[in-house]
Amino acid sequence: MANTSKGAIVGLGVTPMGRIYGRRAVDFAAEAIALALEDAGLQKSDVDGLLINANIPNDMLPGAQMTLGLENLTLMNVMSAYGSTGGSMMQYACMAIREGLANTVVLVYADAPLTPSRGAGQSYAGPHRFPLGGMTGLKAAYGDFGANLGYAMAAQRHMHLYGTTEDHLGTIAVGQRQWAVLSPWAQMKAPMTMADHHASRWIAEPLRLFDCCLVSNGAVAIIVTSVERARDLKQPPVHVLGYAQCAPGDNASTARHPGVETGAKRSGEAAFRMAGITRADIGSCQLYDCYTYTVLVTLEDYGFCAKGEGGPFVADGKLGPGGALPTNTGGGQLSGYYMWSFTPMSEAIVQARGQGGARQVANNDFTLVSGNGGILNYHSTLIFSPHAGG
Amino acid sequence: MSQSATKPVPVPDEASTPFFDGAREGRLMLQHCAGCEKWSFPVRERCPHCMGAKLAWRAASGRGTLYTFAVMHQVMNPGFAADVPYNVSQIDLDEGVRMVCNIIGLANDQLRIGMAVEAVFEDLGDGVSIPKFRPVTG
Repeated sequence: MANTSKGAIVGLGVTPMGRIYGRRAVDFAAEAIALALEDAGLQKSDVDGLLINANIPNDMLPGAQMTLGLENLTLMNVMSAYGSTGGSMMQYACMAIREGLANTVVLVYADAPLTPSRGAGQSYAGPHRFPLGGMTGLKAAYGDFGANLGYAMAAQRHMHLYGTTEDHLGTIAVGQRQWAVLSPWAQMKAPMTMADHHASRWIAEPLRLFDCCLVSNGAVAIIVTSVERARDLKQPPVHVLGYAQCAPGDNASTARHPGVETGAKRSGEAAFRMAGITRADIGSCQLYDCYTYTVLVTLEDYGFCAKGEGGPFVADGKLGPGGALPTNTGGGQLSGYYMWSFTPMSEAIVQARGQGGARQVANNDFTLVSGNGGILNYHSTLIFSPHAGG
Repeated sequence: MSQSATKPVPVPDEASTPFFDGAREGRLMLQHCAGCEKWSFPVRERCPHCMGAKLAWRAASGRGTLYTFAVMHQVMNPGFAADVPYNVSQIDLDEGVRMVCNIIGLANDQLRIGMAVEAVFEDLGDGVSIPKFRPVTG
């Protein structure tokens, strides 16, 4: 028997995603919040808490609460631990509700970096993001732009140490595309073969285009409330049974092995302990997938296989439809939509409710959710369930 | 390696001036803590190991090994259009510090994790030089 619920998710709003131009991030946020309120059967006036996920363009700031028309908030903040933020926001929302700071908390991620004239990579990590002053200028002088290189270096190290191959990474991309084909929300709907993966262009070797996430304009909003109140609302509640975080430390110290050893290990152990369950109880994983490699290393650090065995572990296609460990069942950020940790959280909510349609997994008792930020520098873990536990 | 006019050149600030002064003179300068005897990078006011304030600039050996690397194919800045595909690498210096850099002097397909490398200094113009690394030969 699992431990008791720490909080309940009662609303989910997901806007159309992708190359949707001419709208600001905050306008996508308003749409997502309206959709989430409608989904929950709640009114705007019920909202007394707002946690905003800081985005890279930094255009989702505290003033967004006024643009959104929210009033008398007793919990309000913009939070940032990059791609792990959503998991952290969920944790603080649950704690704040239990402490009585607020009763109905909206979590939102919104972003609109894509423009008609720029490719996804340039939109997200172009030279406008890299100042030249001091040591920061060194990165630019070496041509070290964006996250692609950092993850490519991590994957290269893993390949060197453990023999991980391009096929291993490709299996993850192909499996997630198979899931995306089944999801009405996914941006990428064309089937992908291993040959398609290997034919996609290099971004930063050893990562190809199909190893990298999408960039999306859009927003996701999630509404959290108390376990008691959730019972009377429109949707089947999704309970938050376990959560944790871990930021493992400095990449620049040779005493650490960043890229191959992540915060997922400590964060995962703590989240399982809080939930009172084990890996064997997990029906599906919704893992932060900025790159195929991130999924592989996260599975290792969560203990689904030994360190270094992530490649052989995924090679049989167990992450895809019909596999033994369904993972990123909405296509993830590789093929679904790129909303940082709101991508895995949103899909986990759909699965825990049993509303996944063609992509619904058979065992939705416990869903494991990860968030990851920086170059594997920040990690958050959540465990969702339709059961309140206890 | 040719330098395009539009390739970014770092602008030393007060905190990083000892690093760039050293590079111009052919030395790899790092911060060393008089309290715990450990080295650190990049520049900061307090030692990341012991949080002490006794950081002083010292010349490092400039020697290390290749921890990992990637080969960049995207042109994220027009100054690198003629350079792609180029490597961005992480070097584990003998002092216990890992730094991001480029390895020069061999083809990308000859890069091997664990290979011994040493610092060389490249003049970017404007009075600014930066360290790069090359394989140790012989």
